[in-house]
Amino acid sequence: MDYVSNTDAQLKEMLDTIGVKDFDALLQSVPQSLHLKDLAIPPGLSESELLEATRKLAEQNKNLLQVPSFLGAGAYVHQIPTAVDAIACRGEWLTPYTPYQAEASQGILQSIYEFQTMVCELMGMEVSNASVYDGASAAAEGVLLAMRHTNRQRILISEAVHPHTRQVLATYLRGGSTIIQEIPTVNGVTDVEALEKAISDDVACVLMQQPNVFGVLEPAESISEITHRSGGLLVSSVYPTSLGLIDPPGSYGADIAVAEGRCLGSPVALGGPGLGLFATTQKLLRRIPGRLVGATVDKQGNRAFTLTLQTREQHIRREKATSNICTNQGWLALRATLFMSMLGPKGFQEWAYQNFAKAHYAFDAFTKIPWIKPAFEQDFFNEFTLTYDKGIDPHKVHQQLIEQGWAPGHLLSEWFPTHPQSSLWCVTETISKETIDRMAETLKGLSV
Amino acid sequence: MKDRLIYERSVKGRVGYAWPTLDVPRIEPKEILSKTHIRAEAPKLPEVSEFDVVRHFTRLSQDNFSVDTNFYPLGSCTMKYNPKVNEKVAAMDGFAQIHPLQPEQHLQGILQLHWELEQLLSEITGMAAYTLQPSAGAQGELAGIKIILSYFQCKNEKRSTILIPDSAHGTNPATAALSQFKVVEVKSGADGLVDLADLKSKLNEDVAALMLTNPNTLGLFEKDILTITKLLHEVGALVYMDGANMNALLGNARPGDMQVDIMHLNLHKTFSTPHGGGGPGAGPVGVAKHLEDFLPVPRVRKKDGQLFWDYRAEHSIGRLHGFYGNVGVLVRAYTYIRFLGNTGIMRAGKTALINANYIKKKLEHLYPVPYGDLCMHEFVASAKSLKQYGVTAQDVAKRLLDFGFYAPTVYFPLIVEEALMIEPTETESKESLDAFIDAMLAIAEEAKAGLAPEAPQNMPVQRVDEVRAAREPNLRWLPPASSLPTEPPTQALGQSSMRMDSSSQTF
Repeated sequence: MDYVSNTDAQLKEMLDTIGVKDFDALLQSVPQSLHLKDLAIPPGLSESELLEATRKLAEQNKNLLQVPSFLGAGAYVHQIPTAVDAIACRGEWLTPYTPYQAEASQGILQSIYEFQTMVCELMGMEVSNASVYDGASAAAEGVLLAMRHTNRQRILISEAVHPHTRQVLATYLRGGSTIIQEIPTVNGVTDVEALEKAISDDVACVLMQQPNVFGVLEPAESISEITHRSGGLLVSSVYPTSLGLIDPPGSYGADIAVAEGRCLGSPVALGGPGLGLFATTQKLLRRIPGRLVGATVDKQGNRAFTLTLQTREQHIRREKATSNICTNQGWLALRATLFMSMLGPKGFQEWAYQNFAKAHYAFDAFTKIPWIKPAFEQDFFNEFTLTYDKGIDPHKVHQQLIEQGWAPGHLLSEWFPTHPQSSLWCVTETISKETIDRMAETLKGLSV
Repeated sequence: MKDRLIYERSVKGRVGYAWPTLDVPRIEPKEILSKTHIRAEAPKLPEVSEFDVVRHFTRLSQDNFSVDTNFYPLGSCTMKYNPKVNEKVAAMDGFAQIHPLQPEQHLQGILQLHWELEQLLSEITGMAAYTLQPSAGAQGELAGIKIILSYFQCKNEKRSTILIPDSAHGTNPATAALSQFKVVEVKSGADGLVDLADLKSKLNEDVAALMLTNPNTLGLFEKDILTITKLLHEVGALVYMDGANMNALLGNARPGDMQVDIMHLNLHKTFSTPHGGGGPGAGPVGVAKHLEDFLPVPRVRKKDGQLFWDYRAEHSIGRLHGFYGNVGVLVRAYTYIRFLGNTGIMRAGKTALINANYIKKKLEHLYPVPYGDLCMHEFVASAKSLKQYGVTAQDVAKRLLDFGFYAPTVYFPLIVEEALMIEPTETESKESLDAFIDAMLAIAEEAKAGLAPEAPQNMPVQRVDEVRAAREPNLRWLPPASSLPTEPPTQALGQSSMRMDSSSQTF
């Protein structure tokens, strides 16, 4: 099967109109030796066969409705109101391109304007773009912006920034002359004294994460103050859900705030597509990467929306553009807009609060077990690091849990060899008290 | 004011979603968290009901042209039909409700899908191996450029130049510049193709690669492709192919057979995944055998029948995505390829060419096509013959909206005056092509008769003032009472935005 509408008779008629005798004549500029005779891929399927084949593949995965999960570590499972899917899946939202023709794309443009407003409000920042790929590339773009703005080549990154974010940044910077210095952690937070020693007037920016990769809340105000002493910029990578309860980056003086926004109304889907949120200050507006939507007027003076400040972008500026990004994550930005609209200020607060309360309930329950200790005595939001007593093999513990049908927290030993006994546990609003209690009972019952 | 903003619908105290009653004891954040960690006031989001949200965004959706509602001949964007079954498959719990850090034994199905999709794309393009990680075409280009960089580092060769034809997309030079490469432009010849003499004059041991779009942005196949790849390889350089126009080659010819070393695909163009009003896309990168070790990690591998993520990375350029890429997009593309199969893929590629040539044939007497006799999947016509009547390519584009057609890509590539880049794709029927042709002819007639109205007339808004948008940036809503300081307008900015007004179209 295929999705070609024209019949063979119509195609023949069109070839006649074109004035060629057969299809091959259309390939006259392609060297004969390159003409393809066949493709070694399987024959097509009917829709029912296709659904059967793909369902079989899907069923070979253990999905999160089958396996209660305490996994987070950069990918968070949250509720999605039914209306988000119902609206976002309309063809008028799903199937247009980037809104180049403003007059035929007012719906998309207005929704992006609303999205930009909500992201600003959430982050406490002045301007937001229309999104970038994901949280990790948003952080990389943030660092690149800071380097352009300060014209400096050294960057400081907290060790407590998610390792995948640090890896993506390293890829983006590969081949350049940037010096990346890692700031260690002490008791689960960025070592402020080490940061003070490392900061100097050649530092373009400091990249931090709030809450950090251990789930711990950083002393953001101190980090911000130290960063700004020598004219560097603070890039803060945050978790949107937390912002219903936790201080937003704008309030501690972040110059650039980035986030993985998939938690705002999109499924976790193995971690992608993501939604890179990118917000900054008015001062840095001209250096922002990616699309921006602005309000203006039409010929009659009525409010209208359009892509704007495009002279920053690759299609106008080519090698002098602020970023090479073109396609972004528009559809996920729409989902986030729907999601935030439905929650409103109160709902967003309650959402964050339920995550906070449940995670603390679970933390208390799990740390009552004799061989489980908190890794750090620190503030956290909905994710926390546990340490198992010496002599206990964390891999064995987790293997047992997996065999009993759980998706336990994430073992940290691979990311942090200095934390061989630790694992990172996340509790969102999707986990019931009953599940937490059952997990605690299961842990208690393990032979370790 | 046609549509209020969602913020302007806000009514204090209204809610749109109810959370369940909390089933754990309520605790007081202030008693547990340091005061500095607590947000002072709730984020200012609109206060609306679910029904408000549904009506608002349904209404807004009706202000969009989309593939589902309108013919969308946007050149170089391959706006083909996005099959509904793709959405159904991507939404299956086994694909949408899985966590990236679940143990591999729980993820064998999605790993299998990655494994098979890499193989399908390899076969379709003739490349040896793929990474599915890049989030979009431009990130695929970034991966490609980093592979080029690492390849020469590995060989201990210092090369700092990337050659790019003048007809290339802006992302090519922007990406090369991101990695500190010097961009040298290669001229197009009188036939619109790479000027071989100019290419040769710029080839030397400092050239790391040529970034080539084939077919190029004029919709023309680089007939000397085998010579081009050979010339580059002779100086030890690589050939990167921008696969934005891969729909033209689908089942017709393979970049790998052309000796291309690296290429990216846009799954949201060639492989039918929806554009979503600007993403998400996916930009898998294929490489020839000698570059496989440089692909991003993790790679999907098989051992004893079990699939796993392989992080071994001696030469890898590293990671490009927070996890594994835009997986939901990969699922849709896989579904599409399995549905079409070999004969479906080949019929799609053929029809894309027939549809494009058919429109070209019917329009070229009024909208001349300066380059190429026959085209591939798209062609670039010129509206310059209407200029004498005061009608520009932009005017044609806006008038098409009134006729119910989205506009072609305009003013690109720059080597065609008053450019209209038209790509119908294979999924449009002859009837919709005929209707489009009729509209284009009617617009030309209107212009000649001096009756061209100031278009658009029938859209939710009239011609939008882009200059003002750029001069007085208003990028977020604020309650009427307050105001945020805005930058004073500057002359330089005004000028650049004027230019933008007449040359703003791309992809």
